[in-house]
Amino acid sequence: MAEPKPALDTLPIKAAARRLNFYYGDFHALKTIDMPIHDKRVTALIGPSGCGKSTFLRCFNRMHDLYPGNRYEGEIRLLPDNVNLLDKGVDPIEVRMRLSMVFQKPNPFPKTIFENIAYGLRVRNVNKRAILEEKVEEALRGAALWNEVKDRLHEQAFNLSGGQQQRLCIARALATQPEILLFDEPTSALDPIATASIEELIAELKQKVTILIVTHNMQQAARVSDFTAYMYLGEMIEFGWTDDIFIKPTNPQTEAYITGRFG
Amino acid sequence: MMPQEVSEIRMLIARHKRWDVVFGILGLVCLALGLMTFVTLFVDMLLDGYNRLTPEFFTSFPSRRSGQAGILSAWIGTTLVMLVTAVVAVPLGVAAGIYLEEYAPSNWVTHIIEINISNLAGVPSIVYGLLALGLFVYEFGLGQSIATAGLTLALLILPVVIVATREAIRAIPGAIREAAYALGATKWQVVQGHILPYSTGGILTGVIIGMARAIGETAPIITVGALTFIAFLPPSPVGSEFPFLSFEWLMSPFTVMPIQIFNWTSRPDPAFQANAAAAGFILVFMTLAMNGLAIWLRLRIRRNIKW
Repeated sequence: MAEPKPALDTLPIKAAARRLNFYYGDFHALKTIDMPIHDKRVTALIGPSGCGKSTFLRCFNRMHDLYPGNRYEGEIRLLPDNVNLLDKGVDPIEVRMRLSMVFQKPNPFPKTIFENIAYGLRVRNVNKRAILEEKVEEALRGAALWNEVKDRLHEQAFNLSGGQQQRLCIARALATQPEILLFDEPTSALDPIATASIEELIAELKQKVTILIVTHNMQQAARVSDFTAYMYLGEMIEFGWTDDIFIKPTNPQTEAYITGRFG
Repeated sequence: MMPQEVSEIRMLIARHKRWDVVFGILGLVCLALGLMTFVTLFVDMLLDGYNRLTPEFFTSFPSRRSGQAGILSAWIGTTLVMLVTAVVAVPLGVAAGIYLEEYAPSNWVTHIIEINISNLAGVPSIVYGLLALGLFVYEFGLGQSIATAGLTLALLILPVVIVATREAIRAIPGAIREAAYALGATKWQVVQGHILPYSTGGILTGVIIGMARAIGETAPIITVGALTFIAFLPPSPVGSEFPFLSFEWLMSPFTVMPIQIFNWTSRPDPAFQANAAAAGFILVFMTLAMNGLAIWLRLRIRRNIKW
């Protein structure tokens, strides 16, 4: 980057993890994590398998609440209203209404393309045909899928290719106008061409929405993200501008991972 | 690689493949044994009862004269009992299955219930008959009626329906469930919008397999007091006067196909054996038809479901 980067603490923040700990039963999976999520930026989480990056991501929309024996400590504050997403008094359903998620493997519902995207709206009691049609089109355009599927909205979603299915899942996540879009290794099941189109899409989406993405692919993190966090064994080792992390990491552990000597 | 070694590898493969052939033949023989037994029985019944398979056979009451006897009261009784069984067992079983899979906390109470449901499926049907005699006939005062028989068979197939429902729900990938929850759906919204629609095929299959078992049950029906000779029909469920629907038939005495068959086979007059064979053929046909329906429904519903 030619222009000087603004100082980190001057940038607006959308969310922040504060002293976050997470336990799967007795297993201490996340250890005292502090990290900001900057508004309308892409933040990438990298690290070797099992480092806790997906676990961290799934804290943001309380996916861990679906399974017994999981426990959070600490906070994830969502701004501007400064609500702690992990607070026991906060309904996980409310959290999931505000944050959307795109999963590792494309997981469209065995329904039509239209119904896949409309489902999030239906859950919010939007049932008027005209409004649904408008929102579905908007979401599909947002996910760069509209031109490919506009003539077959009422066909089954599983007839789409893998890359199209993943863009459908992105459209489904966009339709409900989330404040943060969570991506959990969204391209790990896709071929290079489909991967490129998803990466392009992420670059476009950050103008409208804050993005947090887990990736096992360092080149991908370097290509799509503004900020990168390196995690190892449940700890946040280093967080900073992606350029800095990849060019001059301050932590030797990060450097070892980035340069491929480890991981 | 040397040609010598290649020929050794080929010999090795040939030796290993011999077991494929041996097992293939063994399996085929086992399959043929099972299938032939059934086909022989079926064809034998058809040949014995062929002359009795006339329209009158279906529209006549049982009679002391073998040539005039028919299965009217038996097949109508069977149909009505099955109707009660389905109406009771399906909602109860599906709801219980959904509860156990989606709502029940994972603790020791749930585990005990789960284990016992599988055990219930193995309880001899006569035990259900005894339970029903005490509970439905005497305690609830339902008497020796279609309602009693339907409830008894519903109890009998309930474990089958519950197990089938749980299997069907478990076949839904976790990723689909997570996708629905991630959009902000509540448990009930997920059940209603996803779990139920995607598991309908599997549930229906289980229901029909259960029903096919119930349709042939004799012991519990005799225990609750089905009649062996009945020359009248239950009151019609539809009437010409308001409110057009009547439930009097629920309390009516009845007989069912297996009991009719049993009754005929115990007669000394060999002419009745032909009646029994014909009725047996029809009962087997009803069972096969139900299984066929299950297969067809499953294919139809699963055509639009892939993950």
